[in-house]
Amino acid sequence: MSVDIQTVKRVAHLARIAVSEDDAQRMTGELNAILGFVEQLNEVDVSGVEPMTSVTPVAMKKRQDVVTDGSKTADIVANAPATDENFFLVPKVVE
Amino acid sequence: MTDLTALTIAEARDQLKSKAFSASELTDAYLTAIDAANPAFNAYIAVTHDKARAMAAASDEKLARGEGGALEGIPLGVKDLFATEGVHTQACSHILDGFKPRYESTVTANLWADGAVMLGKLNMDEFAMGSSNETSYYGPVINPWRAKGSNADLVPGGSSGGSAAAVSARLCAGATATDTGGSIRQPAAFTGTVGIKPTYGRVSRWGTVAFASSLDQAGPIARDVRDAAIMLKSMASVDAKDTTSVDMAVPDYEAAIGRSVKGMKIGIPKEYRVEGMPEEIEALWQKGIAWLRDAGAEIVDISLPHTKYALPAYYIVAPAEASSNLARYDGVRYGLRVPGKDIADMYENTRAAGFGREVKRRIMIGTYVLSAGYYDAYYLQAQKVRTLIKRDFEQAFANGIDVILTPATPSAAFGVADQDMAADPVKMYLNDIFTVTVNMAGLPGIAVPAGLDARGLPLGLQLIGRPFDEETLFQTAGVIEQAAGRFTPEKWW
Repeated sequence: MSVDIQTVKRVAHLARIAVSEDDAQRMTGELNAILGFVEQLNEVDVSGVEPMTSVTPVAMKKRQDVVTDGSKTADIVANAPATDENFFLVPKVVE
Repeated sequence: MTDLTALTIAEARDQLKSKAFSASELTDAYLTAIDAANPAFNAYIAVTHDKARAMAAASDEKLARGEGGALEGIPLGVKDLFATEGVHTQACSHILDGFKPRYESTVTANLWADGAVMLGKLNMDEFAMGSSNETSYYGPVINPWRAKGSNADLVPGGSSGGSAAAVSARLCAGATATDTGGSIRQPAAFTGTVGIKPTYGRVSRWGTVAFASSLDQAGPIARDVRDAAIMLKSMASVDAKDTTSVDMAVPDYEAAIGRSVKGMKIGIPKEYRVEGMPEEIEALWQKGIAWLRDAGAEIVDISLPHTKYALPAYYIVAPAEASSNLARYDGVRYGLRVPGKDIADMYENTRAAGFGREVKRRIMIGTYVLSAGYYDAYYLQAQKVRTLIKRDFEQAFANGIDVILTPATPSAAFGVADQDMAADPVKMYLNDIFTVTVNMAGLPGIAVPAGLDARGLPLGLQLIGRPFDEETLFQTAGVIEQAAGRFTPEKWW
């Protein structure tokens, strides 16, 4: 399978990365080189093989459903580019 | 006084205890070396002079009272991927511009609890995506090794290029690193240092910037096998904050060094003899086989038939996970923000300006293989192949193999700005051909220096072990190190 420039632009938008016409052109070639490389996986017979979900056969750890952390709002917003009190500021979302 | 930076961690530890010198003197020796040599290497992207001196002073107080942890007063470098409270943590990306975490990663917290001293943050490929350290926002790292009679700059490998170069050039006693496809073992091989990627789940991932969560694992890069064992013991822990951290006590890895390998079964997988591999790599492999045979181990030819599919499967699984993990960098909660006409435009502009080319490439691949209509063909297929890769190893171990010996890399260090690799991303990816299988199967792997090529550049061998059997890796690597000797670059800086 290979991608065309329209697909690259669509994927870039899905990934929320702005691309220029030149970027999209270059990425089309690069992505096709990588997709060409991974194509060889199709020759592997995977009938009856379960897809891997975890490399180590361990059960997910569980803990009591209690509050163990919190009251760190100042820490949480400390690195944000724009804040107001305990809120992250973003451009207007709803008109 | 002798050059304190020439001491291994084990030597420095013993001499600090016997008060031959103080932790402050040791730290000052490293800070002086960094200030003088870092411009030549670009290994550190932030040096924490004041913090280092304060930590060393605290270590001296403890040592004076006859107290102190396993790494008391030992100066270490930290890969920029680990969150360090109040200190530069950007995964060497522009998108985390100015980020200073309010928390400490479990790995670094463990090291500081054992008395280690932080010298600063080390350069790396952006978000650990690369095999040459050239994708860093902070520019490439220069390998302390040069080919005989040449002044050409070589890469230290990647993604932990800063860690490997700093350890090799003696700008830290040891360094933390991470390995998703080979990022500890390949740079260790390129710089004549020892690097171990532990079993998935041995070291907590909490507070380490995520690249591909099912593959990422932290480990040390050190000057010798013993130092790597000492560091891993401190880095590894059981951590409630990482649900994949495994509930198993951390053994005393150092105690495994020096044990005989007599009667041990060493597997030699024929699939690691790849087309176009330089003869020197094959010769090095044969030398490793001979050393282990001479030490009384039994050499067994084995087959790991799905080896060649590990790298293509990796280039689906890792970008898929990365595209998800890196979705959080959107200009809202931390780091860079580039304005736009609305919020979606702000996201797109921020991510376009903040991510480098290689990172964008992988996010795009990941987004594509997970997108509607392609998920089964790519992602599901890759995860099935991954099951087969793991099964290959399981069968070898079930047949009595204790450890598998392979070359660490298909070549020695290459030049900075290599034209072939710049033109074709897949060429760069092939650097990880021998290491990536280990991540796909979640196994432990160690790279140990084994010789020099005709140009005088270091080459490494890799040992792959059973899950959570790092002790056997240290034991076997110790035998190789004993036979091969240790390798240090000739000082030109």
